[in-house]
Amino acid sequence: MTDRTSVTITVNGISLTGLAEPRMLLADFLRDELRLTGTHVGCEHGVCGACTVIVDGVAVRSCLMFAVQADGAEIRTIEGLATDGEMHPLQKLFAKHRALQCGFCTPGMLMTAIDLVDSTDDLTEEDIRVGMSAALCRCTGYEGIVNAVAEYAGKVHGKEGVR
Amino acid sequence: MNDDVRKQTGGYIGQSVPRREDRNLLLGQGEFVADIQLPNMVHAAFARSPLPHATIGDVDTEAARAVDGVCFVASGADVCAELPPINGMQVVTPQGWRDRVDTDILIPDQPLVPEDKVRYVGEAFALAVADSRYIAEDALELIEAELIPLPPLAEAETALATGAVLIHEHLGRNVAAFLHTKKGDGAAAMDACPNRLSRRFVHHRYAAMPMETRGVVAEYDGRTDTLTVWSSTQIVHWVRREISTALDMPEERIRCIAPDVGGGFGGKGHVYPEDILVAWLAKKLDRPVKWVEDRHEHILNAAHSRDNIYDVEIGFDDDGRILAVTSSFLVDSGAYTPVGAGIAGNSIAHMLGPYDIPHYETDCKIVLTNRTPNAPYRGAGRPEVGFAMERAVDLVANHLDLDPAKVRFRNMIPADAMPYEVGLTYRDGVPMVYDSGDYPEALNRALDALGGLDDIRARQKTALAEGKYLGLGIGCYVEGTGVGPFEGASVKIDSTGKIMVAAGACPQGQGHETVFAQFAADMWQVPIEDVFVTVADTGQVTQGYGTIASRSTVTASGAIKIASDTVQEKAFAIAANMLEAGETDLEMRDSGIGVKGVPDMHVTWRDIARAAKPGWDNQRPDGVEAGLESTSYYEPPTVTWAYAANVALVWIDPETGQIDIEKYVEVHDAGLLVNPSLADGQVKGGLVQGLGGGLLEELAYDDQGQLLTGSLADYLLPTASDVPPIEVVHMETPSPLNAFGVKGLGEGGAIAPPVVIANAVCDALRPFKAELNSTPVRWGDVANFFDGATA
Repeated sequence: MTDRTSVTITVNGISLTGLAEPRMLLADFLRDELRLTGTHVGCEHGVCGACTVIVDGVAVRSCLMFAVQADGAEIRTIEGLATDGEMHPLQKLFAKHRALQCGFCTPGMLMTAIDLVDSTDDLTEEDIRVGMSAALCRCTGYEGIVNAVAEYAGKVHGKEGVR
Repeated sequence: MNDDVRKQTGGYIGQSVPRREDRNLLLGQGEFVADIQLPNMVHAAFARSPLPHATIGDVDTEAARAVDGVCFVASGADVCAELPPINGMQVVTPQGWRDRVDTDILIPDQPLVPEDKVRYVGEAFALAVADSRYIAEDALELIEAELIPLPPLAEAETALATGAVLIHEHLGRNVAAFLHTKKGDGAAAMDACPNRLSRRFVHHRYAAMPMETRGVVAEYDGRTDTLTVWSSTQIVHWVRREISTALDMPEERIRCIAPDVGGGFGGKGHVYPEDILVAWLAKKLDRPVKWVEDRHEHILNAAHSRDNIYDVEIGFDDDGRILAVTSSFLVDSGAYTPVGAGIAGNSIAHMLGPYDIPHYETDCKIVLTNRTPNAPYRGAGRPEVGFAMERAVDLVANHLDLDPAKVRFRNMIPADAMPYEVGLTYRDGVPMVYDSGDYPEALNRALDALGGLDDIRARQKTALAEGKYLGLGIGCYVEGTGVGPFEGASVKIDSTGKIMVAAGACPQGQGHETVFAQFAADMWQVPIEDVFVTVADTGQVTQGYGTIASRSTVTASGAIKIASDTVQEKAFAIAANMLEAGETDLEMRDSGIGVKGVPDMHVTWRDIARAAKPGWDNQRPDGVEAGLESTSYYEPPTVTWAYAANVALVWIDPETGQIDIEKYVEVHDAGLLVNPSLADGQVKGGLVQGLGGGLLEELAYDDQGQLLTGSLADYLLPTASDVPPIEVVHMETPSPLNAFGVKGLGEGGAIAPPVVIANAVCDALRPFKAELNSTPVRWGDVANFFDGATA
């Protein structure tokens, strides 16, 4: 077995250390070493977006990044969205708009949406559809997801919905 | 009428109750198979064939065994020495179907890991178990296997050719089943038809492609000789049955659980070799074993679907009345056919759709090839046959220069003809009777949602005058839903008075826990919070069937009702004893039972549950057994018939062939809607899968049997930006066949889109007499109609 090295990342504000082979994917490190299984792995080739997490402020596919590359990084995952058991506004909107069925894509959807809304203050519905196309959902047909993200974008940027 | 039904039942049924499933999933606290981690657990991985058809020679596993961290390696010969193949007939058809449909069926068993030959790209020929999946995959790299190529049977027609090599030698042929049936005079009626058209229709291969791949975790407890298996499956009781058979263990010593399942859509609707192998490994190694499929492996190895060729003839009069239909079709089953004749049986039963057609004859060959096994995927035989039939209806209209919508109205079964005897037999063995509905009204409403037929045709004319191409696509279908044989449910009132419901259904995102709680809350007249629902756990319901075939709302509600009725009968007897009243004077109210008209005389379910307990000082009347619980089974008399009309307006770019869907409408009727919002989500999700299948998704093989689309970068799933504006309109004609008037709706959405798109494109390109008779509908093919042509 290849030697394992120590990797320390700050996940949702908490510094965590684990051991990783150089080839270990960040997704596997989060899930298997740190036991944060909220981040899901859907394709392992960077297409489906289920494993999306926010690394140093940018949404990334954790299946396309090695754990060792994330050493010292600040990472935000789905487990960090709620505070004191109170769901994040986007989580509530996902429930309201029926934006999930099986829920497998949901962690990646939420992180993709948060990155999209946080990084752009003037989103049209078309922008949201294009932005959210970074993550695949097989159940819902996306209507609820787009509606939830649109309402969230409106709230964050102080507008009545989106153009 | 529907409001009356709702009033009778209490109040939750019919409401868009929020999902109880959402919270865990939103917080990242769901538990999928891949999330399960057990002490001392090891990881399995499979070596899979790169060749479609090959004899297996020497398989050398020595080097793999020597890898640090590897605890077990097995070749196919090692596996076959200990385990029997999985039964080829996971679904048995009833005698009534075999009596009425001519069948000649030879379904091959499937070796769990073959020792003699591999039959498709992706079939396992060896496995390794190690401390991590990384190490297990390292070990696979070191397995030296001699695979001696055989001629590939790359597609159905190759496999049928004279002199073709046999894929399963012992069968003596490459056909798993011949099926034949007819209605009226069948093909003989064709001679009398004033007009006849013949065409070949091809529905390509695509697949369920859930976002969670398959996966299995198993743990064996030697002390109690019990196995616990967590599988990402739609059918936990089948998995238990097949493990029991393979390992020769009593079913009751095996507990199979489907935890959160990340989509299934039929692709997880039968037992796979890995379900059994992982259980076997856990027992053999006496360690928990996990296997989670990667996406490439899923695309190669999880069941594919569709892949049919139809040769259809349609006979009709000068008014467009369809008099006779014949079809001869091939199902490319791939190397094994785990659900047997189920898909083809559906196709045979659904060809006539919502139309009153007096004569029909069909025959089918289910052909074994060197492709990945073909099993039901959302629609299961209906999208395929629907494509052929609904294209044919449009061709009839074109031939007579009639509007395709009007030809449909002329042939549709009117509402006053319900219930309508079709003259065929469903695969549950029962003569088909469409139970209720108004098919023409559905199409009317659908067209209205696009502005009405006259308006659509006027817009189309204007567009054409401007050199633009606008088309109307129509696709109608009926769908047998809620099929048997049965579903099981257990209902208990525990000593706190809470209602405990468990059902054999295995959801993958449908929201069963919520829906079943709605049913039970109304049946027991309690707040929904007092109902606790467990699904997908063989430890909770002795016999169950599972969530496939648009069946769980119908069948599980039936089982919950029978179990509840049984328990309530007892509860009334005990309450009568407690209240010293006659049972006829009692009524259910306020989370318990009370004397009619006497508010104070009331006992709660908690009171009654305690009174029902075994032991001293119980309050049961003589002859009433202790306990308030029942496990019951609902055996539906036959299927309920959902139906829909789908229409779409599409624009075609003459330069590129780009297809731009202006609006897609489905008017759908699944009887009484238990949770309208969830129903809406099911239909819309299905529609988008159907659009994906019609336009984007393709499991393409080359002529050597190699799959060319082995990643999600090649196999294109619809994204948020691919989805057109969609409107779903629900009609609610109750089914007369069950207590709640419900029908199934999980699959319906996926049935019509491919043909709606094809019909819309052909309608837009009528000036070119364009015909698109195969899927997927490719822009390039559309653009070709413009080359050198003038409108």
